[in-house]
Amino acid sequence: MDTNAIYTPPSPRGRNLHRFGNPGRFLRVSGKVLPWLTAVGVSLTLIGLGWGLFYAPADWQQGDAVRIIYIHVPAAWLASAGYMGLAVCSAISLVWRHPLADLTAAEIGPVGAGATFICLTTGSIWGKPMWGAWWVWDARLTSVLVLFFLYLGHIALIRAFDSPERGARAGAILALVGVVNLPIIKFSVEWWNTLHQPATITFTGSPTMYIGMLWPLLFSALGMSFGFAAIVVARTRAGVMERRIRGLLLARAQQEAGARLDVLA
Amino acid sequence: MSVFLTLLRRELRLSLRHGADTLAAVLFFLVTAALFPLAIGPAPETLGRLAPGIVYVCALLAALLPLDRLFGADFDDGSLDLLLLSGLPAAAVAGAKAAGHWIVTGLPLLLAAAPIAIMLRMAPETLPVLLMGLLPATLLLSLFGTVGAALVLGARRGGVLLPLLVLPLTTPVLIFGVAAADAASFGQTARPDLLLLAAMLAAALPLCPLAAGAALRGSAE
Repeated sequence: MDTNAIYTPPSPRGRNLHRFGNPGRFLRVSGKVLPWLTAVGVSLTLIGLGWGLFYAPADWQQGDAVRIIYIHVPAAWLASAGYMGLAVCSAISLVWRHPLADLTAAEIGPVGAGATFICLTTGSIWGKPMWGAWWVWDARLTSVLVLFFLYLGHIALIRAFDSPERGARAGAILALVGVVNLPIIKFSVEWWNTLHQPATITFTGSPTMYIGMLWPLLFSALGMSFGFAAIVVARTRAGVMERRIRGLLLARAQQEAGARLDVLA
Repeated sequence: MSVFLTLLRRELRLSLRHGADTLAAVLFFLVTAALFPLAIGPAPETLGRLAPGIVYVCALLAALLPLDRLFGADFDDGSLDLLLLSGLPAAAVAGAKAAGHWIVTGLPLLLAAAPIAIMLRMAPETLPVLLMGLLPATLLLSLFGTVGAALVLGARRGGVLLPLLVLPLTTPVLIFGVAAADAASFGQTARPDLLLLAAMLAAALPLCPLAAGAALRGSAE
């Protein structure tokens, strides 16, 4: 009987996104993309920051202190977007069990926590001259602080297990549970009467911001997003290679142990 | 359903046999709450103003105490695998554990909160609102705590990790619970805050056992 007629294995050259889950293909594709990602990220960030810090006009109310917006706002966007990416990777890893999704989720964590930390510190530095205090317990600040703790909990949990698969699974569930915080951050300035100003730039309305200040902000936001992606891709590549090296070392150790046993026998 | 009730009865019987462990959480609650008047001074107006917050924070910390043994004992002696093979979905096992945790820890905390709040010089007319807020709040703590306990199962230093995971998730409970009590003490309506707590409970009741069940299955693999 012809078994091939009954079972046809799925085509490996399928046109779906799963083919990018192959670590070997990921290494090849990302190796080509990474230098471009880095170059675009660094140059856009430099343009945005240089424009914002030296050429953009100062605010009529806040003066030169407003220039920290070119770091603070992109970092805040990336903190939330990074967590969203973490949650998407977690969902993929829970549903399809792609090892690459586990690795990416583990590598997004520290980078996202870094972005959240930059957002919190620059916000604090901005708050001192504007509100007269380094920190106020308003809803936006508190919810971003909780986001920071969620990142830290995820980082700690994923690394607390002896088996990496178990850590990835627990971290994925925690990341999905923590997603409830994202809408709270987004709408905190609308639901509560906060000291933190409401969003300046929205998808649906025209920005309530002078165009000469908007352009450098968009440049630095795009640049920092590319930079974020570049760091995550580079870290994931390192993670894939680390796992391969560990596999090779294990295989060699097993081989040597086997050879020693042969000698003894 | 009968398996669920059997599991719940097992939980309650086990905690009855280890009475000291069960009482430890309530004792912790009483002792930490009693530290606050010593630390910030016995002035009734300051103390009464802070009382709802003190009660909530202490209850939150006390509810964390029994969590690392919630699945830990069953995980160590292998009975968790048997529970997962009992035909009950993993989410239902987690739900029974959460219910057991609430009956053994949450309910006693709720009962102990009234005398503690009065000792902290809280206005007596605020007390019903505080307890009405603590009812969904303790349930939510049990649910979130079950998720955290299932996640850290088998981790190194799981007991240290657990508060780091659970406490950020419980901040909304704390905020709305204390806001309800504060609103009542200022003579305003506490209804919106209590409704928000109830809404969180309605969302957490089906979702938390699901997440905890997924984590349990992961740890049993």
